[in-house]
Amino acid sequence: MFMQCLKLLIPGVILASGGFALAAPASDGDTLYQQNCAVCHGAHGDGGVGVPLNLPDFLAVASDDYLRKTLHEGRPGRVMPAFPALDEQAVDAIIGHIRSWSEKPAPVYSDQALQGNAEHGSTLFATHCAACHGVHGQGGAGTGVTFSRPRESPVMAPALNNPGFQHSVSDAMLKATLLAGREGTPMPAVGSLGLNDQDANDLVAWIRELKVEDERPARGALDPIIQFESSYSLEETLENLKQAVVGRNFRIIRVQYFQEGLTSEGEEDPARVMLYFCNFSFLDEALAIDPRVGLFLPCRITLVDTGHGVQVMTINPKNLSRLFNNAELDKACQEMHDIYAEIMEDATL
Amino acid sequence: MKKYLFLLLLLCSPLLVAQDLFMVRTQLSFPEAMTVLQEAIGNHAYKVSRVQRVDIGLTESGYATDRYRVVFFGDIDELNLLSEQYPELVPYFPMKIAIFAEGDETILLASSFAHLRPNYASGSLQSRFDKWENDIRQILDEVRTAD
Ligand code: HEC
Ligand code: HEC
Repeated sequence: MFMQCLKLLIPGVILASGGFALAAPASDGDTLYQQNCAVCHGAHGDGGVGVPLNLPDFLAVASDDYLRKTLHEGRPGRVMPAFPALDEQAVDAIIGHIRSWSEKPAPVYSDQALQGNAEHGSTLFATHCAACHGVHGQGGAGTGVTFSRPRESPVMAPALNNPGFQHSVSDAMLKATLLAGREGTPMPAVGSLGLNDQDANDLVAWIRELKVEDERPARGALDPIIQFESSYSLEETLENLKQAVVGRNFRIIRVQYFQEGLTSEGEEDPARVMLYFCNFSFLDEALAIDPRVGLFLPCRITLVDTGHGVQVMTINPKNLSRLFNNAELDKACQEMHDIYAEIMEDATL
Repeated sequence: MKKYLFLLLLLCSPLLVAQDLFMVRTQLSFPEAMTVLQEAIGNHAYKVSRVQRVDIGLTESGYATDRYRVVFFGDIDELNLLSEQYPELVPYFPMKIAIFAEGDETILLASSFAHLRPNYASGSLQSRFDKWENDIRQILDEVRTAD
């Protein structure tokens, strides 16, 4: 009782001393969840960019420790961010909110390692699991649940080789997950695959050996933009660009002044122009990888006539991609980077 | 003073700590969210320069929604100043917010400047980045909390 009063009091104290009135009190798990999680996991945990969190089978096997560590580390390279800014109280409040979706108490597991035969586990994994989780346990292409478009699966299989997952999950919870499966998703219970208790131990042993290769460059190590200088006039450069774009199976969407729409018509600076273009199959692929790719779209090249030459510039998609915490998107952006560079080089040669 | 308090608030609210992407989900339908978004952009003294469809042709390739847009916006004086001082950043402007439907709800997102900050560690640009990020957060939060 005393502790409960204290918990209620603390936000009040902060309020009085600092006046942070709009910041959600840490006890308000619902608000914190809506602010930090709902965008990907859905307002009620139904999933979206993220996997569902409200499934009975998930809540029955996920320990509070697992949830806590997951929020602490996120899933590096798999969209799910880490939340270093949420303090312990806030994390507890969010966990409390997630728990309110289930009547069952949170399970508690021992940290003890299970004994299993990883070699046998590897064979079982290749036969029964790799089709969804990938040969290296890297997860399905894309993440979460899809509402707006058909993909291989209604819920994409999470990455099992992810350091965030590996550090969060205990052997015992892994095994419990395999035994229970996840009703409402494609994830089967191992029993339904004809596997027994020892097979589950062997699978756990193998999952523990899955490793991820992480070679992402440090922040700030990448150029913000791709830039070429053209010795042609602005008009000529623009024509060259259009040809190069179409030559690579992109469609021109529009040419407009940089200032268009921001100042009165006729007032725009003609020395600054933007070319927009798109490629639908590329777009389709990109949306399957990450529905948030709209921030890269449509493709855009900006031309600026400085009086001493024409600068041809675009954002470096590899640099922007770093914000998305999505290793697959990083790869697509490497491709996009090379296409941009080729187009711009062609047009300025 | 009011402004100062608000800044403090921004610094303390869990949503608003240094973030790479700003994303919100709103219960508003796509057209409603789009209206509120454009108003919110105007409330922060920016002009919407264009609303761009990015999904033309997607319905044919199995995409069940045609509700995916990018809203471009900016302030001409700011952009002119930027072009003078940091011409290499022009390709990042006008700023944009992506907005798309997910079922009955709508998701909006915008990028922070976290990926550009390390390249401009010193100089006046950091406070510009702060301002833009705060504006974007507030715009998105206005849409998130609208009913
Ligand atoms: C930017 C989108 C995004 C946000 C925001 C986000 N998540 Fe996630 N989350 C994901 C994705 C994607 C996965 C699955 C990763 C994978 O496929 O490997 C995930 C996985 C998880 C898991 C593991 C689920 C499982 O089945 O084991 C938990 C727990 C979780 N998120 C909780 C949260 C909570 C709580 C918040 C808010 C504090 C949050 N997430 C915010 C995208 C997000
Ligand atoms: C038909 C596709 C499919 C198959 C086959 C499959 N899984 Fe899954 N698995 C999934 C999906 C989808 C999820 C996410 C469920 C959810 O959203 O909670 C999942 C979740 C998991 C999780 C929990 C991961 C997390 O982040 O919560 C583990 C562990 C797992 N699977 C292991 C396995 C193993 C081991 C096998 C082989 C015996 C296997 N799976 C077979 C699709 C599959």
